[in-house]
Amino acid sequence: MAVEKTSINPPHLLWQGGTQPLKAGYGKLMMWIFLLSDVFTFSGFLVTYGMIRFGYPNFSEVVAGMTHKTFEFSQLYWPIPEKVFKAVPLLHGVDAPLIFVGIMTFILIFSSVTMVLAVEAGHRRDKADVEKWMLWTILGGFIFLSSQAWEWTHFIHGTEHGLTLADGTTIYGAKLGANEYGPPNFANLFFFITGFHGFHVFIGVLLNIMVFYNTTNGVYQKRGHYEMIEKVGLYWHFVDLVWVFVFTFFYLV
Amino acid sequence: MAEHSSIERQQPNTKHLWKVFWILLILTGLEFAVAFGIDADHYKWTKIGIFVIMTIIKAYYIVGIFMHLGSETKAFIWTIVLPIIFVLWLIVALLVEGDYFGVEKFF
Repeated sequence: MAVEKTSINPPHLLWQGGTQPLKAGYGKLMMWIFLLSDVFTFSGFLVTYGMIRFGYPNFSEVVAGMTHKTFEFSQLYWPIPEKVFKAVPLLHGVDAPLIFVGIMTFILIFSSVTMVLAVEAGHRRDKADVEKWMLWTILGGFIFLSSQAWEWTHFIHGTEHGLTLADGTTIYGAKLGANEYGPPNFANLFFFITGFHGFHVFIGVLLNIMVFYNTTNGVYQKRGHYEMIEKVGLYWHFVDLVWVFVFTFFYLV
Repeated sequence: MAEHSSIERQQPNTKHLWKVFWILLILTGLEFAVAFGIDADHYKWTKIGIFVIMTIIKAYYIVGIFMHLGSETKAFIWTIVLPIIFVLWLIVALLVEGDYFGVEKFF
């Protein structure tokens, strides 16, 4: 390609093609840099969560003799996750700590595998295989988002007994001002961090639908390569990666 | 298009990808076993330590195999990994230094 005469750069400073920098496509490289900036964002959330959580006293320091088995909710200390997240759809009243969030984790890991299989099929330029695995990935994304919607609904509505405060009033579920599980910051950080992650999943599903549409229309077949699947795949795996961290620090620790 | 269709359909080679799937699944299962198997009243920090290590192992497999970072050029790998190492350092530093950040002091 001829260098344009109007360019302000002298010709010897223009990249004339040949081996790409870092031997990766421009779009792919930029997707990685974007994901790196997203790492910074989520790390900020993680630091905020950790500092605020550690700012509250441990429940055993507030109520002498309380153990994980006899734990009761209070606004004075942070709740333990297995007491908060223990409901499963259609199993009303059944005590199943962390089971539902375990299922959500499985769904996201599985959709990550189907995504990487779509990328692999793209390397082989196998249109039918790319379509098949992209459909599974989109389905996984939808199931995850629906699960999160159910979990949020349950979290907001709360339990039947609620939390009775010292002044006699009872609060049910979680609002931004107060919640029955612990200090206001507990619910606020839950909404903020899982919400931000859920928004990432939502964008990911939209991108997946877009590349599925293009694959079906033969756009990448005509282009000769399926790098777009790889780029969107990077984003999707990152969403899975963030969930791995959210799962550990929100639901297990 | 005619020459494309004449090319034989390549067989997929996905064994290593499914292996990573099973590794991730088993690690998550182990996390559950630790969450319910170890007494949190006495071994709180042991549990947290195990969770953090398992999370980092899972992150290694997702980034290295699923996101193919392991098969990029060395300069590419360090472009991504080096800033993340500094960020991890920042997280640890802020959490360790932040232990005197007491919410109750603000009331």
